[in-house]
Amino acid sequence: MNLDLLNSPAVLGVVTIVLGVSGCVGYFYFSNLILDKVIFPPRGRNAGRNINYANMVRPWLFLLPALLALGLYLAYPVFKTLHFSLTERVPGGGNVWVGAANYQQMLKEPKFWEAMRNNMLWLIVVPALATAFGLLVAQLTDRIRWGNIAKSLIFMPMAISFVGASVIWKLVYDTRPAEQDQIGMLNALYIFFGGSDPQTWLTIPFWNNFFLMAVLVWIQTGFAMVILSAALRGIPEETVEAAIVDGASPLTIFFKIKVPQIRATILVVWTTITITVLKVFDIVFAMTNGQWETQVLANYMYDKLFRANDWGVGSAAAMVIMLLVAPILVWNVRNARNEMR
Amino acid sequence: MNNIAGSKSSLTWIVHITVAALVILWMVPTVGLFVSSFRTADQISTNGWWQALFPSEQNLTLRSAAPETQIEQDGLFVIEGRLFDDGVKAEISVWGITSRNIDAFKPGETAELRKGGTITVQADGRYRMEHTEPFTGSRGSRVFVTATQPPKFTLENYNKILFEKRNVDGMGKAFLNTFTVTIPATIIPILVAAFAAYALAWMDFPGRALLVAAVVGLLVVPLQLALIPLLKFHQDIGIGKGYLGVWMAHTGFGLPLAIYLLRNYMAGLPRDIIENARVDGATDFQIFTKLILPLSFPALASFAIFQFLWTWNDLLVAKVFLIDATGQTTVMTARIIELLGTRGGNWEILATAAFVSIAVPLAVFFAMQKYLVRGLLAGSVK
Repeated sequence: MNLDLLNSPAVLGVVTIVLGVSGCVGYFYFSNLILDKVIFPPRGRNAGRNINYANMVRPWLFLLPALLALGLYLAYPVFKTLHFSLTERVPGGGNVWVGAANYQQMLKEPKFWEAMRNNMLWLIVVPALATAFGLLVAQLTDRIRWGNIAKSLIFMPMAISFVGASVIWKLVYDTRPAEQDQIGMLNALYIFFGGSDPQTWLTIPFWNNFFLMAVLVWIQTGFAMVILSAALRGIPEETVEAAIVDGASPLTIFFKIKVPQIRATILVVWTTITITVLKVFDIVFAMTNGQWETQVLANYMYDKLFRANDWGVGSAAAMVIMLLVAPILVWNVRNARNEMR
Repeated sequence: MNNIAGSKSSLTWIVHITVAALVILWMVPTVGLFVSSFRTADQISTNGWWQALFPSEQNLTLRSAAPETQIEQDGLFVIEGRLFDDGVKAEISVWGITSRNIDAFKPGETAELRKGGTITVQADGRYRMEHTEPFTGSRGSRVFVTATQPPKFTLENYNKILFEKRNVDGMGKAFLNTFTVTIPATIIPILVAAFAAYALAWMDFPGRALLVAAVVGLLVVPLQLALIPLLKFHQDIGIGKGYLGVWMAHTGFGLPLAIYLLRNYMAGLPRDIIENARVDGATDFQIFTKLILPLSFPALASFAIFQFLWTWNDLLVAKVFLIDATGQTTVMTARIIELLGTRGGNWEILATAAFVSIAVPLAVFFAMQKYLVRGLLAGSVK
């Protein structure tokens, strides 16, 4: 009974929180204390020099746990995955160097090219639509009284998991035999507007990709809207007023005055959604699992790693994702450095 | 001038209508699942959820009371009652006594029963059977009615998913497991990140700019790359798959955003306060705990919400680092995926399970939206 209690995850969780929090606080407190009182005491002959030394070391005390975690959980895996992608596991443990063989094998697989094609589609369609819808909603809700409620409701899907969203949309795409009432909204509408037979939307090759993308657009529009809405509010009033005085139409004001002024923010939104798209896994995994030509890179990689147990090719696929992210990574880092100057 | 005002108001209407249409478009899929979770399996499979909101006409097969309830009145044997259960409101439009002819009679009309006697059915479902001889048999007669029923909803699905004793669908346990993953995975990275963010914002040391740039870079590294190397690492150091592993993984993956958000916020705090405290002889540790942490509450809250939503909604990290072959530690997202596979057609179970998992993030979302928006604005790399 007592052992059961100790093994229950809830107790383990509480113990972890207490240990983790007190461990962190204890580490920071005592490491500072030791630094100040024991190693470099601000007393005696070298008091001044000691204070300087202590202040040189202290930042690294503050940073150490974070650096360790970042290094181990994000930086090291990049190199380790690169290593895995160039080796093959041998039975009984260990790896042998195989050079580019994994990549060559991957490039020969039709499924990989299908995933690449679909990923490119996703990369074009999802950021474009989510940003466009986000911009539209941000602009339209700016002036109306219930705009905040409208924004809040469109923002809501952000809180819903990809898996939950997949279930929600699977119901929308549901198909019943022709003689029954349709319970999926898309088919009901399709029949209502004169469609003959109910369609199984998720199994129609090529077009089914767009039905999957709709889910992510639905989720990401709220994100785009929030950021762009703030950007629109930041536009100096004078520029808009001047355009009104000059007799510009609302559309002209929007496209010629407002959009150019928030171009940088649109770019940020676009790239952020692009990153999300590259990592998209749950939606495809839950809705089609890559069947009917809907494979994407992240799901392809998961298939290779955990179903086929092929670490070499799986890691090669992961490196392809990394490669696609890399330009955005470089761009972000450069922007951040410029901003710090 | 009039002209301008006129065109403006028609434009305003277009704006109102467009926004309303978009809001409806965005809400409807979720509402559909929500409504479905309160319907029985039969209801879900017979018609669309949007029909559940309005009274619906249905063909029902009902049964009168058994002959043993008959009473003798003035030489006649009579059975009286109501075809619907107590509390059910329904309006019968037509009825019949054979399955081939279910619309033979209107309410108030009288039909001859095959075994002798008559039956009269009223629109509200009341009926009266009369016969000169006693009714025989053990069951009542069947009556086929076409009735309009008001919307009907049930909490049974939730009861089944969450509280049923021998719960085959196991959402109750998955719910607790998800909490167990989420809470430590939210708290620990905040602490670790807060100290690092302070150092990056307010301490001077060589390489600081480089470290900030590195954090920005790590912000976008896909966690997919970390799966195999870290799983192998966890197995090598002996923690394998389990809660400890998933907590550590979530901490690692959450740190870049945490450090980035907190550093940006802390760097924006007024310099005077911190320098005054330094002059007064406060150590960095004191400045951090007594000044910076309380002042950074909005940023801490923003990140906490992000991390909570992210860990609660996560599937991949839990599948790789937590859920072992026994399935005892499954989380809700993974459980729903299994249900999609095994119970793909049982929408009442799927809808309810999905809503149980969505409810908590939605509550957090609506309660703390302010902090979430603030965090998004600060977190998108400018």
